[in-house]
Amino acid sequence: MAGKIELEVKGLDFYYAGDVHALKKINLTVYKNAVTSLIGPSGCGKTTLLRCFNRMHDLYPGNRYQGEVIFQGDNILSGSTDLIDLRSRVGMVFQKPTPFPMSIFDNIAYGLKLKGVRKRADLSERVEKALVHSALWDEVKDKLSASAYALSGGQQQRLVIARALAVDPEVLLFDEPTSALDPISTAKIEELAAVLKKEVTIVIVTHNMQQAARISDWTGFLMLGELIEFDKTDRIFTAPSEKLTEDYVTGRFG
Amino acid sequence: MTREQIRKTEGFIALALSTLAAFMGLFWLVFILGDVLVHGIKALKLSLFLNDPAPPGVEGGGLRNAFVGQLLITVCATLIGVPVGVLGGTFLAEYARGRGIARIISILSDIMVSVPSIVIGTFIYAVLVRPIGHFNGWAGAVALSIIMIPVVLRTTEDMLSLVPWTLREAAFALGAPYYKVITQVVYRGAATGILTGILLSIARVAGETAPLLFTSFNNSFFSLDMKQPVASLTVTIFQYAMGPYDNWHAQAWAAAFVITVFILLLTITGRLIIRWRYK
Repeated sequence: MAGKIELEVKGLDFYYAGDVHALKKINLTVYKNAVTSLIGPSGCGKTTLLRCFNRMHDLYPGNRYQGEVIFQGDNILSGSTDLIDLRSRVGMVFQKPTPFPMSIFDNIAYGLKLKGVRKRADLSERVEKALVHSALWDEVKDKLSASAYALSGGQQQRLVIARALAVDPEVLLFDEPTSALDPISTAKIEELAAVLKKEVTIVIVTHNMQQAARISDWTGFLMLGELIEFDKTDRIFTAPSEKLTEDYVTGRFG
Repeated sequence: MTREQIRKTEGFIALALSTLAAFMGLFWLVFILGDVLVHGIKALKLSLFLNDPAPPGVEGGGLRNAFVGQLLITVCATLIGVPVGVLGGTFLAEYARGRGIARIISILSDIMVSVPSIVIGTFIYAVLVRPIGHFNGWAGAVALSIIMIPVVLRTTEDMLSLVPWTLREAAFALGAPYYKVITQVVYRGAATGILTGILLSIARVAGETAPLLFTSFNNSFFSLDMKQPVASLTVTIFQYAMGPYDNWHAQAWAAAFVITVFILLLTITGRLIIRWRYK
């Protein structure tokens, strides 16, 4: 089922400020319209890798990339990449819900306004579409002007997903999106990921191996900054080729 | 005594001492406010707001010139001080975050907060009064704005630093440039705190006398000309309270009452706005 390629990571090294070598020679392919999960023990570099895909590391001085991440023919690590354009095509959802201090409607409309959508009718239409997409519409359609902080944690996380979806990204990065949520909210987000992959490519970092097994098509296992193994999810969890992977997924360490 | 009794006794003593301390503070506050209230209301007349001062020793007259002058100076000081303070705080918390220059400016403005206000008055006297040749309203406004700037700057910096980084990252992740992240997301998150800082700084300068003595001085006549001496409530209170006439004393009490109520209303309005905004 290896479909079209969305992102291709070639020999990626990443150094945090002070020359901390956080990622070592990573090679990995993210396939289009699939869910790729990154697993591994704490501090293995999975979040670091995820944050390379939208160049989030550029916010902090001293961080350094080496190697290539090819996204639709372009190396996004090159200096000429327009970060604003990149980030509107590669969305991100964080561990803790990050609603902005504004109304539900304005939260979703924020990215659209950044992209220059101004007409009220257009905004309304696309906000509704995004909320329907993220399975939140029925719960909030009567209180769009209420503060986003009035929503529960699970609803906030789906709101943030809707906000990311509103600008029609090609890739959606999830950084442990359910680790702050209860099991029911978690289940909703997981169902959502399965539906959303028809339209966007999803890369998810998770601490929860059952979650990776449930929702992802491809899985990468990282340890100490190295990609130990990358394969189809069912192979990683049933017949991994590396001893380390097997030890990790069977719970022998980590 | 059993151990339990000892513990209870200790608890009672601690409670009694802290209650006493709280009442100590409250007592003086109520005393001062009560005094201002009693004397001020007695002297409060409509003519106080409508008439300009009568010649010394003559009964009647009001302080219209001082009310308007105070408002004029305070508004001008706010218009200068708040933008500079907020932008400066933004620079420290956002653009210069973690750099040495930010720490130095923070420390310097902490020092500036505790510089006696009369020193700022004399400084402005040397810069904006001597060269011009006479006292003027702008000098007063600038002196007050200099007192405001470090207060607003430090509150803005602190409040912006309290906004979680993940919120900024979330805005960046949508493709927002930094200035939009700050103005559209971070400012909203810190609005309550920044507004409180601004109100506190206005309240602080509205009660200042010393920096105005050397700058805008006083004016017995009604004037809106900021290039000339402008009357202010605080300087008028100072002058009238020291003066020999009973009706001056009464008017000083009334002025003190009005300025106290004004500052109180300012604070209450601020809090109401904040509460309404976050509903």
